[in-house]
Amino acid sequence: MTIIQATSNAPMRFPRLAQPFIALFLAVLAEVGIAFFVLNVVAVPLIAVWVGIPLLLAFVPCTRWFANCHRTMFAGITGEQIPRPYKKPPLPGILMWLRTTLTDPATWRDVAWLLVNAVVGFTLTLLSAVLFLATAFYLVYPLLVGVTPAGVFDRPFGGLVTLNFWESFAMTPLGLLAFLIWYSVGERLLKADAYLGRSLLGPTESAKLAIRVRELADSRAETVDTQAAELRRIERDLHDGAQARLAALSMNLGMAEEMVSRDPAQAAALLTEARESASTALSELRDLVRGIHPPVLADRGLEGAVKALALSCPFKVDVTIELPGRPPAPVESAAYFAVAEALANIVKHSAATTAWIQITHERERLHILVGDDGVGGATVRPGGGLYGIERRLNAFDGTLTVASPTGGPTTVIMELPCESSSLKITPSSGTA
Amino acid sequence: MRVVIAEDHALLRDGLIRLLEAHDFEVVEAVDNGPRLVPALVEHRPDVAVVDVRLPPTFTDEGLKSAIEARRQVPGLPILVLSQYVEQLYARELLTGGGGAVGYLLKDRVSNVADFLDSVRRVAGGGTAMDPDVIGQLLARNTRDEPISRLTPRESEVLGLMAEGRSNAAIAAALFVTEKAVSKHTNNIFAKLDLPPSEDDNRRVMAVLTYLSSR
Repeated sequence: MTIIQATSNAPMRFPRLAQPFIALFLAVLAEVGIAFFVLNVVAVPLIAVWVGIPLLLAFVPCTRWFANCHRTMFAGITGEQIPRPYKKPPLPGILMWLRTTLTDPATWRDVAWLLVNAVVGFTLTLLSAVLFLATAFYLVYPLLVGVTPAGVFDRPFGGLVTLNFWESFAMTPLGLLAFLIWYSVGERLLKADAYLGRSLLGPTESAKLAIRVRELADSRAETVDTQAAELRRIERDLHDGAQARLAALSMNLGMAEEMVSRDPAQAAALLTEARESASTALSELRDLVRGIHPPVLADRGLEGAVKALALSCPFKVDVTIELPGRPPAPVESAAYFAVAEALANIVKHSAATTAWIQITHERERLHILVGDDGVGGATVRPGGGLYGIERRLNAFDGTLTVASPTGGPTTVIMELPCESSSLKITPSSGTA
Repeated sequence: MRVVIAEDHALLRDGLIRLLEAHDFEVVEAVDNGPRLVPALVEHRPDVAVVDVRLPPTFTDEGLKSAIEARRQVPGLPILVLSQYVEQLYARELLTGGGGAVGYLLKDRVSNVADFLDSVRRVAGGGTAMDPDVIGQLLARNTRDEPISRLTPRESEVLGLMAEGRSNAAIAAALFVTEKAVSKHTNNIFAKLDLPPSEDDNRRVMAVLTYLSSR
């Protein structure tokens, strides 16, 4: 994509009249950047005589701060965030930091940008600003000629011609011309500068991949841990619960079978015990199944399951769900358990009298909001319920945000990527 | 009494048939999937239908949907729904689909034969049979601004048993009080839930229904 193509889309965040001043400001900063460039370039060879180390320790953070300011400004101009591409040192310590910093391509890209920005960026932004200033200048030119003494403004072409007040009106079309040029290209020049900065200040493809790989590795490790813990829990519950009860049941039945002719009364008692044992085993299995995948979720999807959850809450819960279909089973399940956990938190900690749940699908994401009118003060801390939800959602690249001032109300905002194409359209139940 | 059974699991289906036939019920048809259930019910118009919630082909809530559909075609058709688990949501859908003559029980309740048969007969007789789990969930709600909050603990207890579908005599026996005391409680409950006196026996069902549908 060329710079010109890239500049044609995405609306500017700043009002048009502010642009010349931003451009001027950026042009000044571009020249200030030269100082940062020189300091860095001088400091590196000085490492050989050790002086370079303290210099770099001072200059690199300054450069990064300077670059970060530009990242924020460019994001304002192009409307797209520029991620910070810097590597974090794997271990603490000054030398480790220095090593990571010096081998980090982002450091050198910053320096390269300082140079390019001082030349190309400066030209682009200055041009944008000057076009606007020329507009203003030539439009008020006759006035300037009129109010200033002769010889100050009346020789626009370096003394070739001298204009009087009336003749100076011949220059105003130049102002209109400058305005037209500024109007058509001023914004593009500024955007071109921003895209230039973006291409050097943003992470490279490989840096992006590295960041992504790190995130994925973390979330995979967490997912595997969670899954393993869950399997252990299921195994333990089955072993200690249903399995043991069924063994007792089978034993009781065997004894009753043997006893039925000799002592019918005793056999009947054993049978009653066996029946109770079977009932308990069933109810334990039921709870277990609910914990793995609630049947109502399988039956009715997210909408029905969340409504069922709301019904079993000890307070009033308003449910609004607008989904064009059923999300894929893993996403649906994650969303359901996230809502269930959020509701359980409200029941346990919030002292709320009402709660509300809103689930919508927008821009390829599932948006889930769970709010209550309780005491607030909810935070995400390791081991807590919200942390559990966050980890569950992380496995799907989802996010969790909590807004919970002390005194309430609390709102938990959850987002899960979910492409429209993966939503299954199911026939409506018609029974609700 | 004529019964239609819908249950996909062969062992359970045979068990149910054997159990009901041993107690003077006539099983006119036993189906093993959802699509066959509605025609069977509409054709035979049994005194009561015993239906599993989860049936083929979808293995979701096919049985429940078919039961509600059948009740739409044959109003008041007594249906007892059995399930591995109970959901208030389903209980509500059943009850609002034409009032009375429905039951919703956990499958394990079948193992207590006497209670189960009592439930089947109650539903066949136009009453209700709600699983104590459903009622328990209902009454456990912290319902500050709802009529149910005006009930005393004893009255909630009585409403719970009433909602399961029990008669005054049965409630009296369960709570170890006289039948007269129970009828006093039930009158108080009707008053507090704004159910005016009428000859309609279904006021008992209405008590649960108003509560369910007020949400």
